[in-house]
Amino acid sequence: MASKLTQSNRAGWAFALPGFGLIAAFIILPFFFAFGLSLTDQRLVSPNATQFVGLENYRDMLGLGLVTLEPERDEAGEIVRDEDGLPQYPRVRTITRSDEYPQYSGMGEWFSWSSGDTVKVVLASDVVFWRALANTLLFVLIVAPVQAACALGLALLINQRLRGINVFRALYFMPVVVSIVVVSLLWRFIYDGRDGLLNSMLGFLSFGAFEGHDWLGDPATALPAIMAMSIWQAVGFHMVIWLAGLQTISPTLYEAADIEGASKWQRFRYVTWPGLRNTAVLILIVITMQAFALFAQIDVMTNGGPLDSTQTLVFQAVERGYGRQDISGGSTISVVLFLLVLTISLIQRWLTRERK
Amino acid sequence: MAEVRLRNVRKSFGKAEVIKGVDIDIEDGEFVVFVGPSGCGKSTLLRMIAGLEDITSGTLEIGGRVVNDIQPKERGIAMVFQTYAIFPHMTVRENMAFGLTISGAGKEEKKTKVQEAARILQMEHLLDRRPSQLSGGQRQRVAIGRAIVRDPQVFLFDEPLSNLDAALRMSMRMEIGKLHQTLGTSMIYVTHDQVEAMTLADKIVVLRGGEVMQVGSPMELYHEPANLFVAGFLGAPSMNFVEVKVEGVQGHEARVSAPALEPITVATKGRPIVAGDTAILGIRPQYLRPVADAEGMLHGTVELTERLGSETVVDVALRDGSKLIAALPEDTVLERGRNVGFDFDPAQAHLFPREEAMADAPH
Repeated sequence: MASKLTQSNRAGWAFALPGFGLIAAFIILPFFFAFGLSLTDQRLVSPNATQFVGLENYRDMLGLGLVTLEPERDEAGEIVRDEDGLPQYPRVRTITRSDEYPQYSGMGEWFSWSSGDTVKVVLASDVVFWRALANTLLFVLIVAPVQAACALGLALLINQRLRGINVFRALYFMPVVVSIVVVSLLWRFIYDGRDGLLNSMLGFLSFGAFEGHDWLGDPATALPAIMAMSIWQAVGFHMVIWLAGLQTISPTLYEAADIEGASKWQRFRYVTWPGLRNTAVLILIVITMQAFALFAQIDVMTNGGPLDSTQTLVFQAVERGYGRQDISGGSTISVVLFLLVLTISLIQRWLTRERK
Repeated sequence: MAEVRLRNVRKSFGKAEVIKGVDIDIEDGEFVVFVGPSGCGKSTLLRMIAGLEDITSGTLEIGGRVVNDIQPKERGIAMVFQTYAIFPHMTVRENMAFGLTISGAGKEEKKTKVQEAARILQMEHLLDRRPSQLSGGQRQRVAIGRAIVRDPQVFLFDEPLSNLDAALRMSMRMEIGKLHQTLGTSMIYVTHDQVEAMTLADKIVVLRGGEVMQVGSPMELYHEPANLFVAGFLGAPSMNFVEVKVEGVQGHEARVSAPALEPITVATKGRPIVAGDTAILGIRPQYLRPVADAEGMLHGTVELTERLGSETVVDVALRDGSKLIAALPEDTVLERGRNVGFDFDPAQAHLFPREEAMADAPH
């Protein structure tokens, strides 16, 4: 085989060359470039020569620290309290800017929690990156199972021989055909804080009791709002994949189950679900990867705000690389994202492997 | 007590009626085969008995109880499908115990019942395998095992051997025959293969176009076919049909002749044969004896000889140009182009009215 591929197949190679060339130029090379550039201080445009900096970018981005703040005490050793009776703590700044703690220098507060009288503060050298990472993971954790489950539900509903069922198939699939940018723009109107469709509808349904909410302007609801929209947008696509899986299951298996007296749930449990195993693995991996790549919705709807509540890794990679012309920083995020997705995909494959 | 009775059973899909009023009685412990060409409704009929298809009208009784509107599970039946319908993700053991799992039976009950079925089918060593590790015959055995575990009053088989290769088909056919002897349960078996029908059945039901053509034991059907269709359907090679002229009818006998046939007298068996009409004379290829051209009752020229070892099949062109097939014992050699005569016993021939042939378009 190998000899046939390499020797007697010149025309074949010639035909394959343009395709290979494009793939190499736009996928393979950039992939390795990202690795290389993440080890330098490359900027998009800069008069200074590029320098190799080793793992400094990763250190600057991934650095974390945990400090415990003791409440301030007076000379008698009593805890100093303010008017509301709350203990007073030294400011985090006194640590991150102090020469006493060089390891925390330049870090900022990511989040904190109290334990007893003390407060634990998690410091990060790149708080925005960590917020983006946390948001992305949260997005994946919620969107992947919910979207897969909704898509399966729709597929089961649609996989029936009813008059006009094709109308529903088309309806559910429609959002997939529309560009995500257009969808995001439309949903920005739906979520609008003053007279958006969602607020109007909620107001109407609650007879005016609901006063309106700025869905994308509130850090608490911005990310959930984007999740809901993202689930709605791609659910039709996964529904079609589930449907294809459903239709590969032999109808005789259902008849055999009927003869044994299986209930609807037992039919699903013993026939449908095992028959969808491979489809489920595919869908889970595809949704996970798509969810990790969350960008367009953020770019169109919130730009990462408010208060970094919708920052994501891909958005940060683009923002740093092109917005701030920090190519090495963007590359570093890309590499971290790649390793993350690779690890999760491998874990998923291992968890869903065929057990002998 | 598990006799099955169908009374004027009909089935329509929209406007198309596929089962046109069928009456069949299946006694307890009987092995009944539904046979017929594809599209005759035999599988539909079986699926109606199983409860996988509704019965449009008529009644279906199993064990003295009308089950028209009863769920498949409650009918006391088990079904074996052509495509096995075993679950690929379960082991053989789990597949066989599936019905018990569904009804929430205990571990012990499952174990004993599966062991018992596996013992009957001699497949204890396969219990922990998965279907992908089994051959076609073994898979079908799993499906039969699952049916046995259900302990049904009636077994239903829907072309269970059609997906197997020829050698396996024969051994599985024998196994199913033995299984019936061992269990003594009523079995209904659908096939388009007349060998399966002839060898397995206590009673054969021949179907065509949603109607019963004849019901009877294999030998009854072979020797006394009720009509042209049954005559042509059973037996291999199939029965020869010679168009003849009815010269005269006397009582239960008719005198017939044809250009290639010497005048003979054949029993009419109560069929409407009228003097002066054209009729169809049926003779099985096995009942033809080759003789010298001048002595035979049929005259023709040998066109092709196929020697099978156990018999020799000879294609003959009769004098009027029509075809005749003779199955001769063992290695009889008749060279091509030779004029030959055939003799037969008129008592073994059948006479059918011409109208039946018109309705049939002989195959």
